[in-house]
Amino acid sequence: MAGADLDGRNMPVSLTNSKLIFDALKECDIRMVSALPETWLVHLIRLADDDPEMTLVRLAKEEEAVGVSAGAYFAGVKSAMLMQNHGFLASINGIVSLAHLYKIPLLMLISYRGSFGERDPWQTQGGNVTEPLLRALGIPYSFLDAVETVKKRIRQAQTLAESSLQPVALLLTRDLMWEE
Amino acid sequence: MLRLECLRSIYSELQNCLVVTIMGAVAAELQSLGHRPNFFYLQHAMGLASSMGLGLALCLPEQQVIVIDGDGSLLMNLGSLSTMARYRPKKLVHVVFDNESLLSVGGFPTATSTGTDLEGIARASGIPRVATVRSVESFKAAVSDAVRSSELTTIIAKVEATGPTAYVTDLSLLENRFQFRRYIQALGKH
Repeated sequence: MAGADLDGRNMPVSLTNSKLIFDALKECDIRMVSALPETWLVHLIRLADDDPEMTLVRLAKEEEAVGVSAGAYFAGVKSAMLMQNHGFLASINGIVSLAHLYKIPLLMLISYRGSFGERDPWQTQGGNVTEPLLRALGIPYSFLDAVETVKKRIRQAQTLAESSLQPVALLLTRDLMWEE
Repeated sequence: MLRLECLRSIYSELQNCLVVTIMGAVAAELQSLGHRPNFFYLQHAMGLASSMGLGLALCLPEQQVIVIDGDGSLLMNLGSLSTMARYRPKKLVHVVFDNESLLSVGGFPTATSTGTDLEGIARASGIPRVATVRSVESFKAAVSDAVRSSELTTIIAKVEATGPTAYVTDLSLLENRFQFRRYIQALGKH
């Protein structure tokens, strides 16, 4: 496996901004993170894994995260879901038939692949449909796109999810996550 | 073996457990035996009952959690077996009623009717304790043993493809949801 970048350490993903996001989640008392790895999330997942106060649940498919987070919610533990936008696509029935149907708050951090600046052709179709689908599902969403507003947006997203008892999404943008 | 008789045989065992069931016959039959505030019926989102049980069990490690799943639901989320096995919470028991069919939508056969072996899949996924049972007595004993073992267990219970005449009950989904949440909140206050 010579040369293989197995854990993303050499990817130009912003460690500083990943840390900023992770610290903001912890300040919101998030104690469980479920995730399926993707390039932009490598540091966030490792930070969660290395933190003894955080329970990381590594999933086989993102829809499981809806169930895991619902279980955590009933248990009184605040959780966040880390996924790529294609993972959001794969979670839609769970979001509708569990989170919406039963009014379960979810904090979804979704990496917004396939948008402006995307070089991987396979990410581009998902990029096109992410926001239209969030709107179609009636999921309130905002962006994590600037260092100054990360902490506040995460806090606001969690506040809205908890007061409205519904899923709320934050789209992690290239401007924040990628250093190139 | 009838699912209703299996449920009746473990009803008292469920008294102090957090119970998460799938939709359809399981939910209706358990309610017919008597709803309790510690029972949550996931009346859609097929496949996610086990994921929800995992979330509960990881966050409340002292609390016994019992998921009552079915072959059709589990086949929609086989990855859940590998995720549960990865974290193997000690007090999670995963019961799967396998009637080899999607009963509530007309009884179409599932892949377990043509040889798919859920016990084998669960074992190969890394679930530490796995069993298949075919009688009410062995079902009751398997659940009881699983609870006392303090080890993640999947029990495949082969049952007949029969169920209640109606699936909608007078317990609204949101009433169930808020009641279940309050029940768990009250646990922490004792």
